Amino acid sequence: MFSSARSLLNSVTTVSLLLLAALFSTPASAELRIEIVDGVEGAMPIAVAPFEWNADMPEPEAGVAEIVSADLHRSGLFDAMDEGEMVDRPSDPTEVRFGTWRLLKVDHLVVGSVRETTDGMGYEIEYHLLDVHSGRILLSQALTVGVGDLRFGAHRVADAVYEALMGVPGAFATRIAYVTVNGAGTDEETFELVVADADGHNPQTVVRSSQPILSPTWSPDARKLAYVSFATGRSQVIVQDLYTGQNRVVSADKGINGAPAFSPDGRKLAVSLSRSGSPEIWVIDLETMRSEQLTHHWSINTEPAWSPDGDRIYFTSDRAGRPQIYVMDAGGGDPERVTWEGRYNAHASIGLEERYLAVIYSEGDEDYRIAIHDRETERLRVLSDGRLDESPSFAPNGSMVLYATRRDGNSELAAASADGRIRQRLVLSEGDEVREPAWSPLIR
Amino acid sequence: MKTALRFIALVMLAAILAACARETVEEPEAPEPPPTQEPVEEPETDRLDPRDFSDPRNLDNSDSLLSQRVIYFEFDRSNVRSQFRPIIEAHAEYLRSNSSARVMLEGHADERGSREYNLGLGERRGNAVQDLLRANDVPSAQVEVVSYGEERPVCRESEEDCWQRNRRVEIVYTAR
Repeated sequence: MFSSARSLLNSVTTVSLLLLAALFSTPASAELRIEIVDGVEGAMPIAVAPFEWNADMPEPEAGVAEIVSADLHRSGLFDAMDEGEMVDRPSDPTEVRFGTWRLLKVDHLVVGSVRETTDGMGYEIEYHLLDVHSGRILLSQALTVGVGDLRFGAHRVADAVYEALMGVPGAFATRIAYVTVNGAGTDEETFELVVADADGHNPQTVVRSSQPILSPTWSPDARKLAYVSFATGRSQVIVQDLYTGQNRVVSADKGINGAPAFSPDGRKLAVSLSRSGSPEIWVIDLETMRSEQLTHHWSINTEPAWSPDGDRIYFTSDRAGRPQIYVMDAGGGDPERVTWEGRYNAHASIGLEERYLAVIYSEGDEDYRIAIHDRETERLRVLSDGRLDESPSFAPNGSMVLYATRRDGNSELAAASADGRIRQRLVLSEGDEVREPAWSPLIR
Repeated sequence: MKTALRFIALVMLAAILAACARETVEEPEAPEPPPTQEPVEEPETDRLDPRDFSDPRNLDNSDSLLSQRVIYFEFDRSNVRSQFRPIIEAHAEYLRSNSSARVMLEGHADERGSREYNLGLGERRGNAVQDLLRANDVPSAQVEVVSYGEERPVCRESEEDCWQRNRRVEIVYTAR
């Protein structure tokens, strides 16, 4: 196992995020551009006034308010006012003339300021959320971020505003992992595992390979990614630390090594291995590296997904003829079938509550779409409208499902709100293929 | 010299066997002239029998079944259809006759549905071909299965014409 880890290091380019940021002043790969396809009718009007900048360092081109505003707008739940339409630029609640904002038909207003911390090592962002109609302050907070993390600070402001108004946490201060394919089908075909902020900014290439990369998945602390590599010509499960750049071959057995999923405590990795003859669900203890086989059935058993409490594992199995979702105790035992509607249900992603599962669904093998299975009502709601949609991944707040789709023969990403009302397209600016999205947990 | 003799003998034997096995009215191979004392140059006169599945040259002979190395499958199925069995049997004969030969059975799926499930499907197809080779007495040490799922398509249009070309097992000789 050690020797295969070393050969892998030789055959793929592995770089840490920090190192990459230091090496390249420009992003390592094309950025994802996010467009809203459908928003909510009657989205909540909100204005985020430009934050006052009190620092020696020059203000970045995209200011904090602009990022907060874009986040809220992109969610589809808010109608964020353009800065150009603002008559006033208050940065403190005492400066706000509510009458003006009422005339502009804004329900809520965010004001704030940024100043350098006394040690010069970062910024303090102070912000206030105001109810324009009552004139009340709904939220007043300050947070400190490192010099390079101003964008991330802005996403956390958007998260707090979102939570104050929607009652559930936002998922803006998160990242997404995805796989890009450049030169598909040519001799120069290149696969890259990329990590970017949830708004598509700051993409960083984690791994580059001439061989396929698939199934990236996040550790619960969002510091590591597990994924499947074919760098040696055979499948392997790799765990990659995004901060140290260290990578580790966790499974390189005979046959399939696939579908990794970290347990909620981060100590174990559920995988699908076919070393016993057919793909079965196994759990590998990442400390002792001991593995335990959980399923024992000649069918295909793959795509394990842990329940949020870590007590159960959902997985895909075609033991009844076609792929369907099953659930079993995390220690093994008899699986129970979960999905019954449609000929094909696979690749479950578990929502915030275990009630909702996002799956790839096909009614009759014609179109493959993303659907939400409600465990309580046993009903299925189709979210997407493509022919070949795949790889659903719930946002950590359960609000949106990110997935891969096709458009004009090219693969791109899309996201839809769990109720299906909001839709986004995530398009790579240089037209490369992009697929296998995985939304990170909340980053603290 | 010795190997050349053995080779000629093999070709003749195969030719006779093939002639017996088949009821076609093909001209039987002309017997080889007895070897002279001079070193045998190139068996130019040695005609290649495409049905000699022990002959490595047939791997590159488009008239021979051995040159066919792709088995196609139906949607979401992994059973080998009868029309592909002769190809697998030909390779089984080659592997039995050439004990140092090794094959990698690369299983593939079309793009529909989940990538990880398709890895399983590709492996199942590879295993189906492997089972047939074993049933034809090929030692398991000569055969390995690897699945690429839907990751290595030969055709990239999202339609059945393409999909049926992607649902395949490729028999790849890693040693001849």
